[in-house]
Amino acid sequence: MAGKTLYDKLWEMHEVKRRDDGSSLIYIDRHILHEVTSPQAFEGLRLAGRKPWRIDANIATPDHNVPTTKKERDGGIAAIADNVSRIQVQTLDDNCDEYGILQFKMNDVRQGIVHVIGPEQGATLPGMTVVCGDSHTSTHGAFAALAHGIGTSEVEHVLATQCLVAKKMKNMQVRVEGKVPAGVTAKDIVLAIIGKIGTAGGNGHALEFAGSAIRELSMEGRMTLCNMSIEAGARVGMVAVDQKTIDYVEGRPYAPKGADWDAAVAAWQDLVSDADAHFDTIVEMRAEDIIPQVSWGTSPEMVLPVDANVPDPEKESDPTKRDSITRALKYMGLTANQAITDIKVDRVFIGSCTNSRIEDLRAAAAVAKGRKVASNVIQALVVPGSGLVKKQAEEEGLDKIFLEAGFEWREPGCSMCLAMNPDKLGSGEHCASTSNRNFEGRQGNGGRTHLVSPAMAAAAAVKGHFVDVRELMNEGA
Amino acid sequence: MKAFTQHQGLVAPLDRANVDTDQIIPKQFLKSIKRTGFGPNLFDEWRYLDEGQPDQDNSQRPINTDFVLNQPRYQGASVLLAQENFGCGSSREHAPWALEEYGFRTIIAPSFADIFYNNSFKNGLLPIELTADEVNELFAQAEAVEGYQLTVDLAAQTVTRPDGVQYSFEVDAFRKHCLLNGLDDIGLTLQDAELIREFEVGYKKANPWLFGAL
Repeated sequence: MAGKTLYDKLWEMHEVKRRDDGSSLIYIDRHILHEVTSPQAFEGLRLAGRKPWRIDANIATPDHNVPTTKKERDGGIAAIADNVSRIQVQTLDDNCDEYGILQFKMNDVRQGIVHVIGPEQGATLPGMTVVCGDSHTSTHGAFAALAHGIGTSEVEHVLATQCLVAKKMKNMQVRVEGKVPAGVTAKDIVLAIIGKIGTAGGNGHALEFAGSAIRELSMEGRMTLCNMSIEAGARVGMVAVDQKTIDYVEGRPYAPKGADWDAAVAAWQDLVSDADAHFDTIVEMRAEDIIPQVSWGTSPEMVLPVDANVPDPEKESDPTKRDSITRALKYMGLTANQAITDIKVDRVFIGSCTNSRIEDLRAAAAVAKGRKVASNVIQALVVPGSGLVKKQAEEEGLDKIFLEAGFEWREPGCSMCLAMNPDKLGSGEHCASTSNRNFEGRQGNGGRTHLVSPAMAAAAAVKGHFVDVRELMNEGA
Repeated sequence: MKAFTQHQGLVAPLDRANVDTDQIIPKQFLKSIKRTGFGPNLFDEWRYLDEGQPDQDNSQRPINTDFVLNQPRYQGASVLLAQENFGCGSSREHAPWALEEYGFRTIIAPSFADIFYNNSFKNGLLPIELTADEVNELFAQAEAVEGYQLTVDLAAQTVTRPDGVQYSFEVDAFRKHCLLNGLDDIGLTLQDAELIREFEVGYKKANPWLFGAL
């Protein structure tokens, strides 16, 4: 009999019951809540006269529509100018207070983007099932956790029962072997994977990233990778446990201590796919072939190496794809065959659950250092992923580097990734963004998003157009 | 939840692949703490020519007459015909809420994104996967014939064309059962509360570090 994949193991550990109809009850270890997708779930709970099953499995923080300017933040919730946003943030507070759920409130230094604070606090641990009403919950799979986004009905279901009804998915492995060239990051790897398998490529699959190039990545790089598995259609993305995983978790505020720690570490050693495990789908890529990536269109699969030209719909034979290319070029204000490096940027956004951790900020600062934001760039935002990331960056002097270069240094939150707060693109504006989605209007009505790594975003900010960041690295500051 | 058994309705063809949930309901409308009120803002950026805001009187806004749902022949549509990977992107359940409130009871496409597919069943909205060829035939017919209607039978798992041609589709037994009966799946899960408690005891013994840390 074939061995088990990491996903098979995680599934079996958490399967409470297999029903006759093929669905299963899966036990949930960690439930992360934020202000946007939870209010209706708490309301549903109340209307049905139900109570949360296990309070200590839940952790909450507001992130999606908190303001990121210091002035608006300093006034607390009452000072949030947008009336509807204020009510939503207040409602999370009220719900967490009512049920005694641990929340890092808006101006707590531990507040931040849900997918940054979980790992940062040790609230995300290897072997856990982690869910949150947010599709980028796949991020936590970097810890060999079974983590995925859920809808609001399921948020209510988890609150009420500590379980989800699920059906086992297929196993997919994306194997990246070799060594990426200098200046190529986890973001470039995952964009290249999405470009290859497409935005529906992982539908119905739990995706495990493997291979020497993946093992080489830091935990933060692995989080970036797993974060965007959903953009390849896979709601679950995972990386097996190794020493890096354990070293990252050790000593975090909510990580196990003492004898518990030793027992946990021993148990986590098994969180790898067996050598003879069966995968339904395997995709192989060479790391050496990946160079910095830039998305040009309105779906994350519309992505190319920075030295490429945007596609020509005339050369596409499939009519649906041809229409998609034509529509995307029109929306993005680009002409067929235009060089990616000829695309000028109006705004730059460095942040989001994909790329707002300390290593991301260091990589961007290394490019920004001693340079200035180009005159055609209206705004360049740096939004740390949490209060603690912000504090760490300030201790390292990264804030000063950004400010001297002409970037704005903001308070933590989701910000311009989805523009629910005041940070957004104007219509027609091109943005070099370290976020995860380049959908029409995602960063503001009519806005044009180009997904890139933090270093590539900083490079675009100082040059005013897309450029291979490796050229800047070679010329030095 | 509203039960879904059989439905016959007017078909609206939305001929785009990878329609994402940001398109279905843009982010500015997610600030609501209610489950209702999203219908008028379904496909907001495609339906209207201006930028929509929450709590706005949508009847006063300029309409994009090119958009399929704004065409007179598709008024009252309750069957949405779509292309591959419908509902990709964000997990927002506001997307099925908006579609359902607008009046759609079922969506037919070659494929759906996983989270959207799952969310739809929780809201009385039936996502139906047919083959790409079958969907393309339906697109051709729906565009050619004004007033084109389809009949969906969940119990029989069939989609029937006006000319009598029938397609069958797959659906999980559990989801089908819940949707046919309009069942609250939290209530169903809680029937196993004892089993969950038992599991928890053994699980906590094996993994004590997963309990009580927060």
